[in-house]
Amino acid sequence: MRSFTVHTGRAVPLRRSNVDTDQIIPARYLKRVTRTGFDDGLFAAWRADPDFVLNRSAHADSSILVAGTEFGTGSSREHAVWALQDHGFRAVIAPRFGDIFRGNALKGGLLTVELDSATVEWLWDAVEADPRTEITVDLEKREVRVAQRIWQFPLDDHSRWRLMEGLDDIDLTLRDEASITAFESDRPLWLPHTLPVV
Amino acid sequence: MAEKVWRAHTVRARDGEPDLLYIDLHLIHEVTSPQAFDGLRAAGRKVRRPDLTIATEDHNTPTDALPTTSLASITDAVSRTQIEALRRNCAEFGVRLHPLGDNEQGVVHVVGPQLGLTQPGTTVVCGDSHTSTHGAFGALAFGIGTSEVEHVLATQTLPQARPKTMAVTVDGELPSDVTAKDLILAIIARAGTGGGRGHIVEYRGEAIRALSMEARMTVCNMSIEWGAKAGMIAPDDTTFAYLRDRPHAPAGADWDRAVDAWRALATDPGARFDKELRIDASSLSPFVTWGTNPGQGVPLSASVPDPADVADETQRAAAARALEYMDLTPGTPMRDITVDVVFLGSCTNGRIEDLRAAADVLRGRRVAAGVRMLVVPGSARVREQAETEGLHEVFTAAGAEWRFAGCSMCLGMNTDQLDAGARSASTSNRNFEGRQGPGGRTHLVSPPVAAATAVTGRIASPADLS
Ligand code: SF4
Repeated sequence: MRSFTVHTGRAVPLRRSNVDTDQIIPARYLKRVTRTGFDDGLFAAWRADPDFVLNRSAHADSSILVAGTEFGTGSSREHAVWALQDHGFRAVIAPRFGDIFRGNALKGGLLTVELDSATVEWLWDAVEADPRTEITVDLEKREVRVAQRIWQFPLDDHSRWRLMEGLDDIDLTLRDEASITAFESDRPLWLPHTLPVV
Repeated sequence: MAEKVWRAHTVRARDGEPDLLYIDLHLIHEVTSPQAFDGLRAAGRKVRRPDLTIATEDHNTPTDALPTTSLASITDAVSRTQIEALRRNCAEFGVRLHPLGDNEQGVVHVVGPQLGLTQPGTTVVCGDSHTSTHGAFGALAFGIGTSEVEHVLATQTLPQARPKTMAVTVDGELPSDVTAKDLILAIIARAGTGGGRGHIVEYRGEAIRALSMEARMTVCNMSIEWGAKAGMIAPDDTTFAYLRDRPHAPAGADWDRAVDAWRALATDPGARFDKELRIDASSLSPFVTWGTNPGQGVPLSASVPDPADVADETQRAAAARALEYMDLTPGTPMRDITVDVVFLGSCTNGRIEDLRAAADVLRGRRVAAGVRMLVVPGSARVREQAETEGLHEVFTAAGAEWRFAGCSMCLGMNTDQLDAGARSASTSNRNFEGRQGPGGRTHLVSPPVAAATAVTGRIASPADLS
């Protein structure tokens, strides 16, 4: 996983709430068996409109998405995270996120930043007034900065540490393999098995 | 109850870190697994417990005909690749697979319970958000992403932060024309799409106890639609009767041992929840959605709401946008809305009871001219059972299409899609923009309402037919 410490970039203001993962990437774009190449499906329905914010040249080369509340609700498809990353996004700022999306994003190195609605409004206004506005997302200090303004955002220590180190969850878990094996030896035998027990 | 199951599955707990949970059952399907298997291969890892893992093909599969001999008849090359990848991966890693044409094939959340693999007190995960369905048995079941699928394949565990708990108590009795689907749509409309966020919800109370297992699955299935981590219902005699003699249910002395353990799962009297919601069942009536998220619903007898009446600014904007997308005018009675397509199926309402309820309405009637009705059983077994009961004849005699098992138009990943601008009444779980096909408009309904709507061509309840 690509590690994340501090990132500065331009932003796309997505003035919509309840953007679910079917909107981020519709099901018909999920058929690839690789982890990349999903950019073409990102916001596919909306991108057909030439005036959709992601299509505006002023916002080309942006790496931060600023969205309304309940971003990423719905389906568990991790393709939503991959599509955003394929498009070049490193962080998404919104008042609230869908749980599964947030988990997927943090695992994959896409930082989800929770800031309150008033701040998100402020960022939308700022970026719309000047698309060249640079936003800094500082994971180490857990803060977002624009010019002289600073906002703190919450993130648990463990997720922050994993992201900063770019650590693979599976490796982390396998450090506790002895505990897993011990747990397995205590499981009742009548629990279901999908294959004949040998 | 959630806490008991959680505690019994905690492999490791450390301050400041998520708990490591053991997973009893991992369900796999073709869409969210290929990248996970690739990850294993790249790291030289094996599937730790193939004996706790099972795969089926559902999201992408054709439902018009069964490609029994080869996959060449799946015309969409990319869909075919995904199914081929699943077959290769299962063979390579030793995972049991129920492919197309197999009697146990079907939507993953229909297949697990019907095999008796979903059991009370277990932990169940799947790379699909409607895994919450399995909570109907008192299992702790939730959807995960592809990286987590890989994590479970490799370690049979998952690091998870402990969610909060919430009780939804449904008092009283549901009126006879109100189904589990109406109940859950009403709960979501009341609580809002984010109302359950971060919580494991326990559905309880008299009306829940009175529900069949299939109806309980419908309720738990849609837990994710209001943001809950999982939905659970305490196991009771209804649960045990459903499980008894299923292929993977415990047998003999093990059965008694299991039932003792299952009975102990119920929430202790007086246990505290972080949040509570009470609903009076007798106040409910058939419920349908008008908007583009499952919380945007009203009683079928009501009219399309006016966004101007919505107090919250964000919700008001969302409602206005939804009406524009749905091409609806405030004040229009829901009963006046005409539909082009009726979809009966999905992991929410694709079980045998759902098909029976719809067939009861359709018997001796016909689908309205100009309306297309698709009936897609949740699994091959459900299809077989329905044919034994002669339900397929009711559907075909009424002019509906009797199809093969799969997700189908629930998500429009195969060729079963809604055309742009077309409107459906659908028994599935998501009315998101374009969910059933680009530009398609979806009204979520129960199976009896779907059937009545097919007959009149307008949103209708069975009571409207007589
Ligand atoms: S039927 Fe629909 S909701 Fe259920 S698993 Fe399939 S696509 Fe998902």
